[in-house]
Amino acid sequence: MSDKKPLNPDSRLSIRNLNFFYGDKQVLFDNSLEIIKNKVTAFIGPSGCGKSTHIRCYNRMFSLYKGHRAEGEIFLDGENILDPQIPALNLRHRVGMIFQKPTPFPMSIFDNIAYGLKLHGIKNNAEIEDKVEKALRGAAIWDEVKDMLKKPGTALSGGQQQRLCIARAIAVEPEVILMDEPCSALDPIATAKIEELIDELKQEYTIVIVTHNMQQAARASDFTAYFYLGDVIEYGKTSEIFTAPKDERTEDYITGRFG
Amino acid sequence: MVSNRKRRVIINGIVMLASTMAAMTGIVVLAWILLDVGIKGMGAINWSFFTELPSPPGMSGGGLANAIMGTLIMTVVAALIAIPMGVLAGTYLSEFGKTNAFANVVRSLSDILVSAPSIVIGVFVYLVIVKTMGNFSGLAGAVALAIIMLPVVVRTTEEMLRLVPNEMREAGLALGSPYWKMMLFIIFRAAKAGMITGVMLAVARIAGETAPLLFTALNSPYWMKSLNEPMANLTVTLFNYAMSPYDDWHALAWGAAFLITMSVLVVTIIMRFIVRTRRVN
Repeated sequence: MSDKKPLNPDSRLSIRNLNFFYGDKQVLFDNSLEIIKNKVTAFIGPSGCGKSTHIRCYNRMFSLYKGHRAEGEIFLDGENILDPQIPALNLRHRVGMIFQKPTPFPMSIFDNIAYGLKLHGIKNNAEIEDKVEKALRGAAIWDEVKDMLKKPGTALSGGQQQRLCIARAIAVEPEVILMDEPCSALDPIATAKIEELIDELKQEYTIVIVTHNMQQAARASDFTAYFYLGDVIEYGKTSEIFTAPKDERTEDYITGRFG
Repeated sequence: MVSNRKRRVIINGIVMLASTMAAMTGIVVLAWILLDVGIKGMGAINWSFFTELPSPPGMSGGGLANAIMGTLIMTVVAALIAIPMGVLAGTYLSEFGKTNAFANVVRSLSDILVSAPSIVIGVFVYLVIVKTMGNFSGLAGAVALAIIMLPVVVRTTEEMLRLVPNEMREAGLALGSPYWKMMLFIIFRAAKAGMITGVMLAVARIAGETAPLLFTALNSPYWMKSLNEPMANLTVTLFNYAMSPYDDWHALAWGAAFLITMSVLVVTIIMRFIVRTRRVN
Protein backbone atom coordinates (compact mmCIF):
# COMPACT_ATOMS: atom_id res chain seq x y z
CA MET A 1 0.00 0.00 0.00
CA SER A 2 2.59 2.49 1.12
CA ASP A 3 4.46 2.45 -2.18
CA LYS A 4 1.45 3.87 -3.97
CA LYS A 5 2.63 6.70 -6.20
CA PRO A 6 0.75 9.94 -6.59
CA LEU A 7 -1.95 9.84 -9.22
CA ASN A 8 -0.73 13.06 -10.66
CA PRO A 9 2.97 13.35 -11.50
CA ASP A 10 2.83 17.09 -10.78
CA SER A 11 1.72 16.47 -7.20
CA ARG A 12 3.94 17.31 -4.30
CA LEU A 13 1.46 16.01 -1.76
CA SER A 14 -1.27 13.45 -2.34
CA ILE A 15 -3.87 13.25 0.36
CA ARG A 16 -5.96 10.08 0.36
CA ASN A 17 -8.96 9.56 2.58
CA LEU A 18 -7.67 11.68 5.43
CA ASN A 19 -9.84 11.36 8.54
CA PHE A 20 -9.08 13.21 11.72
CA PHE A 21 -10.28 12.76 15.29
CA TYR A 22 -10.11 14.88 18.42
CA GLY A 23 -10.64 12.02 20.83
CA ASP A 24 -13.94 10.49 19.77
CA LYS A 25 -15.03 13.44 17.72
CA GLN A 26 -14.33 13.16 14.02
CA VAL A 27 -13.60 16.51 12.38
CA LEU A 28 -12.22 15.58 8.93
CA PHE A 29 -14.04 13.17 6.65
CA ASP A 30 -12.30 11.36 3.83
CA ASN A 31 -10.38 14.38 2.56
CA SER A 32 -8.64 13.56 -0.71
CA LEU A 33 -6.77 16.00 -2.87
CA GLU A 34 -3.52 16.63 -4.72
CA ILE A 35 -1.26 19.55 -3.85
CA ILE A 36 0.55 20.56 -7.03
CA LYS A 37 4.28 21.29 -7.09
CA ASN A 38 5.37 24.94 -7.21
CA LYS A 39 1.82 26.18 -7.01
CA VAL A 40 -0.09 27.99 -4.33
CA THR A 41 -3.07 26.10 -3.00
CA ALA A 42 -5.57 27.99 -0.87
CA PHE A 43 -7.95 26.40 1.62
CA ILE A 44 -11.07 28.43 2.21
CA GLY A 45 -14.20 27.86 4.23
CA PRO A 46 -15.99 29.03 7.35
CA SER A 47 -14.24 28.91 10.74
CA GLY A 48 -14.08 25.54 12.42
CA CYS A 49 -14.39 23.54 9.23
CA GLY A 50 -11.09 21.75 9.56
CA LYS A 51 -8.79 23.74 7.29
CA SER A 52 -6.14 24.25 9.94
CA THR A 53 -6.63 20.75 11.27
CA HIS A 54 -6.10 19.48 7.75
CA ILE A 55 -2.80 21.24 7.12
CA ARG A 56 -1.54 20.39 10.60
CA CYS A 57 -1.54 16.79 9.37
CA TYR A 58 1.05 17.65 6.72
CA ASN A 59 3.72 18.17 9.38
CA ARG A 60 2.10 15.96 12.03
CA MET A 61 1.84 18.93 14.38
CA PHE A 62 -1.24 17.28 15.86
CA SER A 63 0.92 14.51 17.34
CA LEU A 64 1.87 16.98 20.06
CA TYR A 65 -1.55 16.62 21.65
CA LYS A 66 -3.08 13.66 23.38
CA GLY A 67 -6.05 12.05 21.68
CA HIS A 68 -5.49 13.79 18.35
CA ARG A 69 -5.22 11.21 15.63
CA ALA A 70 -5.16 11.08 11.85
CA GLU A 71 -6.13 8.18 9.63
CA GLY A 72 -5.57 7.78 5.93
CA GLU A 73 -2.53 8.55 3.85
CA ILE A 74 -0.58 11.64 2.91
CA PHE A 75 2.13 11.03 0.34
CA LEU A 76 5.06 13.41 0.13
CA ASP A 77 7.18 12.37 -2.84
CA GLY A 78 5.59 8.95 -2.74
CA GLU A 79 6.19 8.37 0.97
CA ASN A 80 3.32 8.16 3.45
CA ILE A 81 4.20 10.81 6.01
CA LEU A 82 1.51 9.69 8.45
CA ASP A 83 3.52 6.50 8.88
CA PRO A 84 4.85 6.73 12.45
CA GLN A 85 8.10 5.18 11.26
CA ILE A 86 8.96 8.44 9.55
CA PRO A 87 10.35 10.65 12.33
CA ALA A 88 8.33 13.83 12.79
CA LEU A 89 11.55 15.84 13.06
CA ASN A 90 12.69 14.82 9.57
CA LEU A 91 9.25 15.48 8.19
CA ARG A 92 9.23 18.99 9.66
CA HIS A 93 12.52 19.74 7.97
CA ARG A 94 10.74 19.10 4.70
CA VAL A 95 7.46 20.82 5.55
CA GLY A 96 7.77 24.31 7.04
CA MET A 97 4.97 26.22 8.71
CA ILE A 98 3.95 29.84 9.22
CA PHE A 99 1.43 30.66 11.93
CA GLN A 100 -1.40 33.11 12.28
CA LYS A 101 0.42 35.23 14.82
CA PRO A 102 4.04 36.02 13.99
CA THR A 103 6.23 33.97 16.32
CA PRO A 104 9.73 35.47 16.36
CA PHE A 105 11.90 33.58 18.82
CA PRO A 106 13.24 35.54 21.81
CA MET A 107 16.64 36.08 20.21
CA SER A 108 18.28 38.31 17.64
CA ILE A 109 17.05 38.54 14.06
CA PHE A 110 20.17 36.73 12.92
CA ASP A 111 19.78 33.96 15.49
CA ASN A 112 16.13 33.52 14.60
CA ILE A 113 17.24 32.29 11.18
CA ALA A 114 20.44 30.62 12.35
CA TYR A 115 18.51 28.50 14.87
CA GLY A 116 16.98 26.28 12.19
CA LEU A 117 20.27 26.07 10.28
CA LYS A 118 22.08 24.90 13.39
CA LEU A 119 19.34 22.33 13.98
CA HIS A 120 20.27 20.94 10.59
CA GLY A 121 23.83 20.52 11.72
CA ILE A 122 25.34 23.45 9.84
CA LYS A 123 28.22 24.61 12.02
CA ASN A 124 30.41 26.66 9.71
CA ASN A 125 29.86 30.33 10.58
CA ALA A 126 30.51 31.65 7.09
CA GLU A 127 28.00 29.21 5.67
CA ILE A 128 25.43 30.19 8.30
CA GLU A 129 25.94 33.88 7.52
CA ASP A 130 25.47 33.20 3.81
CA LYS A 131 22.32 31.24 4.35
CA VAL A 132 20.86 33.78 6.76
CA GLU A 133 21.34 36.52 4.21
CA LYS A 134 19.92 34.38 1.44
CA ALA A 135 16.85 33.53 3.52
CA LEU A 136 16.27 37.15 4.50
CA ARG A 137 16.61 38.23 0.89
CA GLY A 138 14.28 35.41 -0.11
CA ALA A 139 11.68 36.70 2.30
CA ALA A 140 12.10 40.26 0.97
CA ILE A 141 13.14 41.65 4.32
CA TRP A 142 16.94 41.88 3.95
CA ASP A 143 17.03 45.58 3.12
CA GLU A 144 14.95 46.41 6.17
CA VAL A 145 16.98 44.40 8.68
CA LYS A 146 20.52 44.17 7.32
CA ASP A 147 21.75 46.89 9.68
CA MET A 148 20.02 45.49 12.74
CA LEU A 149 20.72 41.77 12.63
CA LYS A 150 21.73 41.79 16.30
CA LYS A 151 18.48 43.41 17.43
CA PRO A 152 15.79 41.17 18.91
CA GLY A 153 13.24 39.79 16.46
CA THR A 154 10.48 41.30 18.55
CA ALA A 155 11.75 44.80 17.70
CA LEU A 156 10.25 44.45 14.22
CA SER A 157 6.72 45.41 13.18
CA GLY A 158 4.08 42.70 12.82
CA GLY A 159 4.45 42.41 9.07
CA GLN A 160 8.23 42.33 9.31
CA GLN A 161 8.00 39.69 12.02
CA GLN A 162 5.87 37.54 9.76
CA ARG A 163 8.38 37.89 6.92
CA LEU A 164 11.12 37.02 9.42
CA CYS A 165 9.20 33.84 10.22
CA ILE A 166 8.93 33.11 6.49
CA ALA A 167 12.69 33.66 6.17
CA ARG A 168 13.21 31.30 9.08
CA ALA A 169 11.09 28.66 7.38
CA ILE A 170 12.77 28.95 3.96
CA ALA A 171 16.28 29.04 5.45
CA VAL A 172 16.12 25.29 5.98
CA GLU A 173 14.95 24.77 2.40
CA PRO A 174 11.75 22.79 2.91
CA GLU A 175 9.76 21.36 0.00
CA VAL A 176 6.40 22.58 1.22
CA ILE A 177 5.47 25.68 3.19
CA LEU A 178 2.23 25.66 5.14
CA MET A 179 0.70 29.01 6.01
CA ASP A 180 -2.09 29.08 8.53
CA GLU A 181 -3.84 32.43 8.01
CA PRO A 182 -0.49 34.23 7.76
CA CYS A 183 -2.03 37.67 7.18
CA SER A 184 -4.94 37.72 9.60
CA ALA A 185 -2.97 39.73 12.16
CA LEU A 186 -1.54 42.17 9.59
CA ASP A 187 -2.64 45.45 8.05
CA PRO A 188 -3.42 45.67 4.30
CA ILE A 189 0.03 46.96 3.30
CA ALA A 190 1.87 44.23 5.18
CA THR A 191 -0.61 41.76 3.71
CA ALA A 192 0.12 42.94 0.19
CA LYS A 193 3.84 42.42 0.79
CA ILE A 194 3.30 38.88 2.05
CA GLU A 195 1.12 38.08 -0.96
CA GLU A 196 3.78 39.41 -3.31
CA LEU A 197 6.28 37.26 -1.48
CA ILE A 198 4.09 34.17 -1.78
CA ASP A 199 3.97 34.73 -5.51
CA GLU A 200 7.78 34.75 -5.67
CA LEU A 201 8.25 31.86 -3.31
CA LYS A 202 6.27 29.45 -5.44
CA GLN A 203 9.17 29.37 -7.91
CA GLU A 204 10.99 27.23 -5.40
CA TYR A 205 8.42 25.94 -2.94
CA THR A 206 5.01 24.39 -2.88
CA ILE A 207 2.73 26.54 -0.78
CA VAL A 208 -0.49 25.73 1.03
CA ILE A 209 -2.29 28.66 2.57
CA VAL A 210 -5.33 28.68 4.82
CA THR A 211 -7.23 31.92 4.56
CA HIS A 212 -10.48 33.50 5.62
CA ASN A 213 -10.03 36.21 3.10
CA MET A 214 -11.61 35.15 -0.15
CA GLN A 215 -10.05 37.97 -2.14
CA GLN A 216 -6.71 36.77 -0.90
CA ALA A 217 -7.41 33.25 -2.09
CA ALA A 218 -8.53 34.60 -5.45
CA ARG A 219 -5.48 36.86 -5.80
CA ALA A 220 -2.72 34.68 -4.46
CA SER A 221 -3.56 31.09 -5.26
CA ASP A 222 -3.51 28.78 -8.27
CA PHE A 223 -5.71 26.12 -6.74
CA THR A 224 -8.46 26.39 -4.18
CA ALA A 225 -10.16 23.86 -1.95
CA TYR A 226 -13.42 24.70 -0.25
CA PHE A 227 -13.86 23.06 3.15
CA TYR A 228 -17.17 22.72 4.87
CA LEU A 229 -17.77 20.81 8.12
CA GLY A 230 -14.69 18.67 7.62
CA ASP A 231 -15.41 17.75 4.01
CA VAL A 232 -13.54 18.94 0.95
CA ILE A 233 -16.58 20.12 -0.97
CA GLU A 234 -14.84 21.30 -4.07
CA TYR A 235 -11.28 21.46 -5.26
CA GLY A 236 -9.89 22.83 -8.50
CA LYS A 237 -8.22 25.72 -10.28
CA THR A 238 -8.82 28.96 -8.42
CA SER A 239 -10.09 30.65 -11.57
CA GLU A 240 -12.73 27.97 -11.99
CA ILE A 241 -13.76 27.80 -8.35
CA PHE A 242 -14.33 31.51 -8.23
CA THR A 243 -15.98 31.97 -11.60
CA ALA A 244 -17.82 28.72 -12.14
CA PRO A 245 -18.17 26.70 -8.93
CA LYS A 246 -19.72 23.33 -9.57
CA ASP A 247 -21.15 22.84 -6.12
CA GLU A 248 -23.98 24.98 -4.87
CA ARG A 249 -22.44 25.18 -1.37
CA THR A 250 -19.21 26.59 -2.78
CA GLU A 251 -21.13 29.18 -4.71
CA ASP A 252 -23.11 30.18 -1.62
CA TYR A 253 -19.91 30.67 0.31
CA ILE A 254 -17.91 32.61 -2.25
CA THR A 255 -20.79 34.86 -3.12
CA GLY A 256 -21.08 35.65 0.57
CA ARG A 257 -24.50 34.14 1.17
CA PHE A 258 -23.11 32.62 4.38
CA GLY A 259 -19.90 32.00 6.27
CA MET B 1 -31.77 65.27 44.07
CA VAL B 2 -29.55 67.83 45.72
CA SER B 3 -29.39 66.02 49.05
CA ASN B 4 -28.74 62.79 47.21
CA ARG B 5 -25.81 64.37 45.47
CA LYS B 6 -24.57 65.85 48.72
CA ARG B 7 -24.76 62.46 50.36
CA ARG B 8 -22.67 60.90 47.60
CA VAL B 9 -20.07 63.65 47.84
CA ILE B 10 -19.80 63.10 51.58
CA ILE B 11 -19.54 59.31 51.29
CA ASN B 12 -16.97 59.72 48.56
CA GLY B 13 -14.95 62.02 50.82
CA ILE B 14 -15.10 59.62 53.75
CA VAL B 15 -14.06 56.57 51.73
CA MET B 16 -11.30 58.53 50.03
CA LEU B 17 -9.98 59.67 53.40
CA ALA B 18 -10.19 56.18 54.89
CA SER B 19 -8.35 54.53 52.01
CA THR B 20 -5.68 57.21 51.92
CA MET B 21 -5.17 56.83 55.67
CA ALA B 22 -4.91 53.05 55.30
CA ALA B 23 -2.30 53.41 52.57
CA MET B 24 -0.42 56.01 54.61
CA THR B 25 -0.38 53.76 57.68
CA GLY B 26 1.25 50.98 55.71
CA ILE B 27 3.83 53.27 54.20
CA VAL B 28 4.57 55.05 57.48
CA VAL B 29 5.16 51.77 59.32
CA LEU B 30 7.44 50.54 56.56
CA ALA B 31 9.36 53.83 56.47
CA TRP B 32 9.65 53.80 60.23
CA ILE B 33 11.13 50.30 60.22
CA LEU B 34 13.55 51.12 57.43
CA LEU B 35 14.57 54.39 59.06
CA ASP B 36 15.04 52.85 62.50
CA VAL B 37 17.05 49.94 61.11
CA GLY B 38 18.99 52.32 58.91
CA ILE B 39 19.93 54.80 61.60
CA LYS B 40 20.77 52.27 64.31
CA GLY B 41 22.26 49.74 61.92
CA MET B 42 24.54 52.09 60.01
CA GLY B 43 26.35 52.91 63.24
CA ALA B 44 27.35 49.29 63.67
CA ILE B 45 28.57 48.87 60.11
CA ASN B 46 32.31 49.34 59.86
CA TRP B 47 35.28 47.44 58.54
CA SER B 48 35.55 45.06 61.49
CA PHE B 49 31.83 44.25 61.22
CA PHE B 50 32.64 42.46 57.97
CA THR B 51 36.05 41.06 58.88
CA GLU B 52 36.13 40.06 62.57
CA LEU B 53 34.62 37.28 64.61
CA PRO B 54 32.20 38.19 67.39
CA SER B 55 33.93 39.23 70.58
CA PRO B 56 33.20 37.41 73.86
CA PRO B 57 30.27 38.70 75.92
CA GLY B 58 30.93 42.00 77.54
CA MET B 59 33.97 42.88 75.43
CA SER B 60 33.67 45.64 72.90
CA GLY B 61 34.47 45.46 69.18
CA GLY B 62 34.24 42.37 67.04
CA GLY B 63 32.15 41.70 63.97
CA LEU B 64 29.89 39.21 62.32
CA ALA B 65 32.15 38.00 59.52
CA ASN B 66 31.40 34.36 60.28
CA ALA B 67 27.65 34.93 60.33
CA ILE B 68 27.73 36.84 57.03
CA MET B 69 29.75 34.04 55.52
CA GLY B 70 27.43 31.40 56.98
CA THR B 71 24.27 33.04 55.69
CA LEU B 72 25.81 33.43 52.24
CA ILE B 73 26.95 29.81 52.11
CA MET B 74 23.66 28.38 53.35
CA THR B 75 21.69 30.55 50.93
CA VAL B 76 23.87 29.46 48.03
CA VAL B 77 23.70 25.76 48.97
CA ALA B 78 19.92 26.02 49.43
CA ALA B 79 19.64 27.69 46.01
CA LEU B 80 21.81 24.98 44.44
CA ILE B 81 19.44 22.35 45.80
CA ALA B 82 16.14 24.13 45.18
CA ILE B 83 16.67 25.81 41.80
CA PRO B 84 17.46 22.76 39.64
CA MET B 85 14.75 20.70 41.34
CA GLY B 86 12.24 23.51 41.21
CA VAL B 87 12.89 24.39 37.58
CA LEU B 88 12.65 20.75 36.51
CA ALA B 89 9.46 20.20 38.50
CA GLY B 90 7.93 23.42 37.17
CA THR B 91 8.82 22.37 33.63
CA TYR B 92 7.15 19.03 34.19
CA LEU B 93 3.99 20.71 35.45
CA SER B 94 3.80 23.17 32.60
CA GLU B 95 4.80 20.91 29.71
CA PHE B 96 3.73 17.39 30.58
CA GLY B 97 1.35 17.68 33.48
CA LYS B 98 -1.42 19.96 32.29
CA THR B 99 -4.23 17.70 33.35
CA ASN B 100 -2.95 14.49 34.89
CA ALA B 101 -3.72 13.58 38.48
CA PHE B 102 -0.11 13.31 39.61
CA ALA B 103 0.63 16.86 38.43
CA ASN B 104 -2.44 18.17 40.23
CA VAL B 105 -1.25 16.55 43.45
CA VAL B 106 2.21 18.09 43.01
CA ARG B 107 0.61 21.45 42.34
CA SER B 108 -1.61 21.37 45.44
CA LEU B 109 1.19 20.14 47.66
CA SER B 110 3.54 22.86 46.54
CA ASP B 111 0.80 25.45 47.13
CA ILE B 112 0.40 24.08 50.65
CA LEU B 113 4.17 24.09 51.15
CA VAL B 114 4.36 27.76 50.16
CA SER B 115 2.12 28.67 53.07
CA ALA B 116 3.55 26.18 55.56
CA PRO B 117 4.96 28.03 58.61
CA SER B 118 8.73 28.00 58.27
CA ILE B 119 9.22 26.83 61.83
CA VAL B 120 7.38 23.63 60.95
CA ILE B 121 9.86 23.04 58.17
CA GLY B 122 12.66 23.70 60.67
CA VAL B 123 11.28 21.09 63.06
CA PHE B 124 10.83 18.63 60.19
CA VAL B 125 14.47 18.99 59.11
CA TYR B 126 15.51 18.77 62.76
CA LEU B 127 13.83 15.36 62.99
CA VAL B 128 14.98 14.07 59.63
CA ILE B 129 18.54 15.37 59.45
CA VAL B 130 19.72 16.79 62.77
CA LYS B 131 18.40 13.86 64.84
CA THR B 132 19.72 11.25 62.42
CA MET B 133 23.12 12.81 62.02
CA GLY B 134 23.37 13.61 65.71
CA ASN B 135 24.33 17.28 65.43
CA PHE B 136 23.19 20.66 64.22
CA SER B 137 24.75 21.50 60.89
CA GLY B 138 24.97 24.07 58.14
CA LEU B 139 23.81 21.40 55.73
CA ALA B 140 20.60 20.88 57.68
CA GLY B 141 20.09 24.65 57.62
CA ALA B 142 20.58 24.74 53.87
CA VAL B 143 18.13 21.87 53.38
CA ALA B 144 15.49 23.64 55.48
CA LEU B 145 15.97 26.81 53.43
CA ALA B 146 15.82 24.79 50.20
CA ILE B 147 12.48 23.29 51.23
CA ILE B 148 11.10 26.79 51.79
CA MET B 149 12.44 27.93 48.44
CA LEU B 150 11.39 24.92 46.40
CA PRO B 151 7.62 25.48 46.02
CA VAL B 152 8.15 29.13 45.08
CA VAL B 153 10.54 28.12 42.30
CA VAL B 154 8.23 25.32 41.12
CA ARG B 155 5.18 27.54 40.84
CA THR B 156 6.90 30.55 39.27
CA THR B 157 8.64 28.33 36.74
CA GLU B 158 5.33 26.76 35.81
CA GLU B 159 3.52 30.08 35.57
CA MET B 160 6.25 31.75 33.55
CA LEU B 161 6.45 28.84 31.10
CA ARG B 162 2.67 28.88 30.76
CA LEU B 163 2.82 32.55 29.81
CA VAL B 164 4.84 31.71 26.70
CA PRO B 165 2.23 31.27 23.96
CA ASN B 166 1.77 27.77 22.65
CA GLU B 167 2.38 29.01 19.08
CA MET B 168 5.98 29.60 20.12
CA ARG B 169 6.35 25.92 20.98
CA GLU B 170 4.71 24.87 17.74
CA ALA B 171 6.88 27.28 15.75
CA GLY B 172 9.98 25.75 17.29
CA LEU B 173 8.79 22.22 16.63
CA ALA B 174 7.65 23.11 13.11
CA LEU B 175 11.27 23.86 12.24
CA GLY B 176 12.16 20.31 13.22
CA SER B 177 13.42 20.95 16.76
CA PRO B 178 13.28 18.12 19.22
CA TYR B 179 11.12 19.09 22.20
CA TRP B 180 14.06 19.52 24.58
CA LYS B 181 15.95 21.85 22.24
CA MET B 182 12.82 23.88 21.69
CA MET B 183 12.37 24.21 25.48
CA LEU B 184 16.01 24.97 26.18
CA PHE B 185 16.70 27.49 23.43
CA ILE B 186 13.33 29.10 22.87
CA ILE B 187 10.83 28.69 25.70
CA PHE B 188 13.22 29.04 28.65
CA ARG B 189 14.72 32.04 26.94
CA ALA B 190 11.30 33.60 26.50
CA ALA B 191 10.46 32.95 30.15
CA LYS B 192 13.91 33.85 31.45
CA ALA B 193 13.21 37.21 33.06
CA GLY B 194 10.16 35.95 34.92
CA MET B 195 11.91 32.82 36.10
CA ILE B 196 14.94 34.74 37.38
CA THR B 197 12.62 37.12 39.19
CA GLY B 198 10.89 34.23 40.91
CA VAL B 199 14.15 32.61 41.90
CA MET B 200 15.62 35.83 43.26
CA LEU B 201 12.51 36.63 45.26
CA ALA B 202 12.71 33.14 46.73
CA VAL B 203 16.36 33.79 47.60
CA ALA B 204 15.44 37.08 49.21
CA ARG B 205 12.82 35.29 51.23
CA ILE B 206 15.12 32.61 52.63
CA ALA B 207 17.85 35.15 53.33
CA GLY B 208 15.66 36.57 56.08
CA GLU B 209 14.43 33.29 57.60
CA THR B 210 15.26 32.64 61.26
CA ALA B 211 12.91 29.97 62.55
CA PRO B 212 14.04 27.09 60.34
CA LEU B 213 17.68 27.80 61.18
CA LEU B 214 17.12 27.76 64.95
CA PHE B 215 16.44 24.03 64.73
CA THR B 216 18.99 23.15 62.10
CA ALA B 217 22.09 25.28 61.66
CA LEU B 218 21.79 26.73 65.14
CA ASN B 219 24.62 29.25 65.43
CA SER B 220 28.30 29.38 66.15
CA PRO B 221 30.81 31.97 67.30
CA TYR B 222 33.53 30.51 65.05
CA TRP B 223 34.43 30.30 61.42
CA MET B 224 32.88 27.34 59.70
CA LYS B 225 35.10 24.37 58.96
CA SER B 226 32.57 22.19 57.20
CA LEU B 227 28.87 21.99 56.40
CA ASN B 228 28.57 19.27 59.02
CA GLU B 229 28.73 21.47 62.11
CA PRO B 230 26.63 24.26 63.57
CA MET B 231 26.99 27.27 61.33
CA ALA B 232 26.89 30.95 62.19
CA ASN B 233 24.26 32.99 60.37
CA LEU B 234 22.92 36.49 60.49
CA THR B 235 19.33 35.87 61.46
CA VAL B 236 19.91 33.61 64.47
CA THR B 237 22.78 35.86 65.55
CA LEU B 238 20.43 38.80 65.32
CA PHE B 239 17.90 36.91 67.42
CA ASN B 240 20.46 35.92 70.10
CA TYR B 241 22.20 39.27 70.27
CA ALA B 242 19.01 41.26 70.45
CA MET B 243 17.99 39.15 73.47
CA SER B 244 21.36 39.60 75.19
CA PRO B 245 22.04 42.16 77.92
CA TYR B 246 25.15 43.64 76.21
CA ASP B 247 25.09 46.96 74.40
CA ASP B 248 27.83 45.93 71.97
CA TRP B 249 25.82 42.91 70.95
CA HIS B 250 22.74 45.07 70.52
CA ALA B 251 24.72 47.25 68.16
CA LEU B 252 25.84 44.22 66.16
CA ALA B 253 22.25 42.97 66.06
CA TRP B 254 21.19 46.29 64.55
CA GLY B 255 24.00 45.97 62.06
CA ALA B 256 22.83 42.48 61.12
CA ALA B 257 19.25 43.72 60.74
CA PHE B 258 20.46 46.51 58.51
CA LEU B 259 22.50 44.18 56.35
CA ILE B 260 19.66 41.67 55.89
CA THR B 261 17.14 44.39 55.14
CA MET B 262 19.42 46.06 52.64
CA SER B 263 20.20 42.82 50.80
CA VAL B 264 16.51 41.96 50.47
CA LEU B 265 15.73 45.51 49.41
CA VAL B 266 18.47 45.55 46.80
CA VAL B 267 17.42 42.17 45.38
CA THR B 268 13.81 43.30 45.16
CA ILE B 269 14.71 46.59 43.48
CA ILE B 270 16.92 44.84 40.93
CA MET B 271 14.09 42.41 40.18
CA ARG B 272 11.60 45.25 39.74
CA PHE B 273 14.01 46.83 37.32
CA ILE B 274 14.42 43.62 35.33
CA VAL B 275 10.68 43.06 35.14
CA ARG B 276 10.14 46.61 33.97
CA THR B 277 12.76 46.55 31.24
CA ARG B 278 11.24 43.26 30.11
CA ARG B 279 7.83 44.89 29.82
CA VAL B 280 9.29 47.73 27.79
CA ASN B 281 10.74 45.19 25.38
